[in-house]
Amino acid sequence: MTRFLLRRILAMIPVCLGVTFLLFSLLYVTPGDPARLVLGEEATEESLQEFRREHYLDRPLLTRYGLFIYNTVVHQDMGRSYMTRRPVTGEIANTFPVTLNLASGSIVLATVMGLAFGIICAVKQYSIFDNITMVIAMLGISTPLFYLGILLILWFSVQLQWVPSSGFDSLSQRLLPWITLSATSMSIITRMTRSSMLEVIRSDYVRTARAKGQTERVVILKHALRNALIPIITIVGIQFGHLLGGAILTESVFSIPGMGRLAVDAIKARDYPIVQGAVLYIAMAYVVINLLVDLLYAWVDPKLRTQCR
Amino acid sequence: MDQQREHILDIRDLRVQYHTDTGLVKAVEGLNLSLARGETLGLVGETGAGKTTTALAIMQLIASPPGRIAGGSIFFEGEDMLAKSEEEKRHIRGGKIAMIFQDPMTSLNPVLSVQEQIAEMIRLHQKVTDKEALEKARDMLGLVGLRPERGPDYPHQFSGGMKQRVVIAIALACSPRLLIADEPTTALDVTIQAQILELMQQLKQHFNTATILISHDLGVVAQLCDSVAIMYAGRILEKADAKSLYANPQHPYTQGLFNSIPDMTKNVTRLNTIAGLPPDPTELPPGCCFAPRCAHASGACSEGSPRMVEYKPGHFVACSRMNGNGGGALGPAEERGQAHG
Amino acid sequence: MALLQKNSNMYLTLVRLRRNRLAILGLLIMGALILIAIFAPWLAPYDFATQDLISAFETPSWEHPLGTDDFGRDILSRIIYGARVSLQVGVLAVFIAMVSGGTLGAIAGYYGGRIDGVIMRVMDVLLSIPQILLAIAIAAALGPGLLNLTIAVGIAALPTFARVVRGAVLSIVGQEYIEAAHCMGASDAWIIIRHILPNCSAPIIVQSTLRVAQAILAAAALSFLGLGIQPPFPEWGGMLSGARGYVRDYAYMTIFPGLAIMITIMALNFLGDGLRDAMDPKMKR
Repeated sequence: MTRFLLRRILAMIPVCLGVTFLLFSLLYVTPGDPARLVLGEEATEESLQEFRREHYLDRPLLTRYGLFIYNTVVHQDMGRSYMTRRPVTGEIANTFPVTLNLASGSIVLATVMGLAFGIICAVKQYSIFDNITMVIAMLGISTPLFYLGILLILWFSVQLQWVPSSGFDSLSQRLLPWITLSATSMSIITRMTRSSMLEVIRSDYVRTARAKGQTERVVILKHALRNALIPIITIVGIQFGHLLGGAILTESVFSIPGMGRLAVDAIKARDYPIVQGAVLYIAMAYVVINLLVDLLYAWVDPKLRTQCR
Repeated sequence: MDQQREHILDIRDLRVQYHTDTGLVKAVEGLNLSLARGETLGLVGETGAGKTTTALAIMQLIASPPGRIAGGSIFFEGEDMLAKSEEEKRHIRGGKIAMIFQDPMTSLNPVLSVQEQIAEMIRLHQKVTDKEALEKARDMLGLVGLRPERGPDYPHQFSGGMKQRVVIAIALACSPRLLIADEPTTALDVTIQAQILELMQQLKQHFNTATILISHDLGVVAQLCDSVAIMYAGRILEKADAKSLYANPQHPYTQGLFNSIPDMTKNVTRLNTIAGLPPDPTELPPGCCFAPRCAHASGACSEGSPRMVEYKPGHFVACSRMNGNGGGALGPAEERGQAHG
Repeated sequence: MALLQKNSNMYLTLVRLRRNRLAILGLLIMGALILIAIFAPWLAPYDFATQDLISAFETPSWEHPLGTDDFGRDILSRIIYGARVSLQVGVLAVFIAMVSGGTLGAIAGYYGGRIDGVIMRVMDVLLSIPQILLAIAIAAALGPGLLNLTIAVGIAALPTFARVVRGAVLSIVGQEYIEAAHCMGASDAWIIIRHILPNCSAPIIVQSTLRVAQAILAAAALSFLGLGIQPPFPEWGGMLSGARGYVRDYAYMTIFPGLAIMITIMALNFLGDGLRDAMDPKMKR
């Protein structure tokens, strides 16, 4: 198991290098002069040159990339924001937990509700509950999350005035963003759980469990669900990735000071160090999630567990 | 009735139907069958004759929808299974009636260790601690010829024959009174088949369990069974003790089955077959369901189902040819009593 | 020739598709949307850009069925013109992703070995950033505009196609008729185009339909963040973004453009699901 973990963690390194290099290339070709944007129109040519030298903007792509990796790995230093002049690591430390909270709260909500709805739909196939849930799930998949967010603000903040429409400090502030961000994933997980459970429920080993005289509840939750979980875990992993992306939009709709908004603002302002740091963190989060998904697999599927040993 | 007490199982006029897209499938239609304590009965018939449906009906595991028990009764130890609550049925399933399914590859849960799957059965029907249940599960593994240390392993680490041993261990874990084995060897290699049959033979003597062995293989049935029932299109056509049936098959269908077994002592170029195909279960023919394929069929065969007649003591045949020299036209009650004699 | 051979298969698919009521509904909605997009200048009651500050913030009325926005522009007309943008971006982006991603996937699956390794590692890297973030970065690098938005969304969708096509090619490449084609001296490109691609068209078509929906969503999201189509050109996501400031007082301004996106996506999803079921009942997502 330790060897498996170690191998997987080592495999993360090329991915993170690849992602950052890709980003460096993109930023390299991006039009717009950061020096000009930061120092303003009145800046002298000398001060512009000075800024570029200070931030290695006059160096070739590979040099800049090498310096970034060296400083990040050796000094844990990702530079300073052009705009605020504060260290990137500090800016990210302020915003990353918010985004992580938003995304993990949403994935927990999406998974728990998606599993529950999916299981009930499968057990009561073609019932009224099943039909209504499937229609809502289709709506959930088709609604852009920024539209859903605005609608929720309109109903629950503006008209009913139950919860505030922005911020992310109190539980009441977090409720709408969590729901908004989880809606699509919840719908997808519900549909996946339903179809996966339907397949498993008809299997021979579920019949065996019934033939033992097992109660229906245990048959569904112990025998059927654990087998149905295997494809569902893949979907949950993919959805967590999507949620990290969706968090960017959610943060924009609800004015949440998270890393997604930080990244978007930085891209617009050509604040390269912030963009680099934020994307690196998101990529790492992504890779860690994939690792967790693989570990979950091993926990659920004994075929993989016996291989990993 | 006295006979009910000595019979562990007594099925009367059972009818099971499935609603499908193509129509109402009458999988079992007017089936009568009984089993004495400790008796091993071979239930023989072609694919689609309704053997598995009968087994599932006894277990009360007909999936509904699309299936439903449309009529009849199933007496197990003198009590009607159909009248029991779901709770009572659960105690009988596994505890008193156990079933071995056809395909060992798919009938074990892939994500649970085999000892857990055996122990689950024990915990459900006996008052034991988790530890005792696991211990007993490993004992069962030993009993079916597997190493008890392999208990924590998962189904994918076992071969097909070993998996079927595990399935047998699960079924026998609570010493059931009745064991239904649905084609237990069909999915296995021939050499493994012999081993599994031998194991079942041993265990049958060890537990003295009444057994219904479902098979389409007359050879397998001959090895294990005291009596044999021939099933066709949802009905029993002939039932007798194994010796009498093998020596003297009476129903034209049974005769056809025996004739289609290739005789190794003769050099034949063509195998004997029964002409025609089994009837469409959505549209059973009126009268005797075998009549359309029967060489002896006469006009009388398509009028009303032939009654079960005792051709000689303990040997029953449902064929209109027998109605003349047998018991004649019997009333339904008498006929039933005889058919289960 | 290739079409004729596929016809029987196509025909069966269409027969099965016709039985799926939701898929037909999706098809009808998409047909209507395409017509609306084509005939936008004749259908729209007003010009999409004409400002009329006197009649700004008008709630829906006979004159302006869906009301007017903060500049007094007719929202119905803007939504009608918006269909052009969304469909164009969606279809073109998927086309870009399909051709480039499909080619890469086909090459990777066909040649295998080191080429496969390199291509798929690059795709893994692309897939390890959320696609919307990738699209944001590309859109920022390229600058605003319809074409750049399309390219950004297309590149973000590229790795998925590479994976789908590679998988499909791998499942076909070992089969005997491919060997036979080799023996007859056919070139690699010919074999890929003539023999392999037609035989893995089912997953590609299904993936494309569902991907158009994703692309339209992504484009709307980029415009919503202010990185896509620039005003005054109407884009549904951009309209939402412009209207959200007035959500407290003029809710209709946000409701209708969002509804337009939702209906389009739902129609495409119905169609995609239906196509998937019709082409291969066993195929799963």
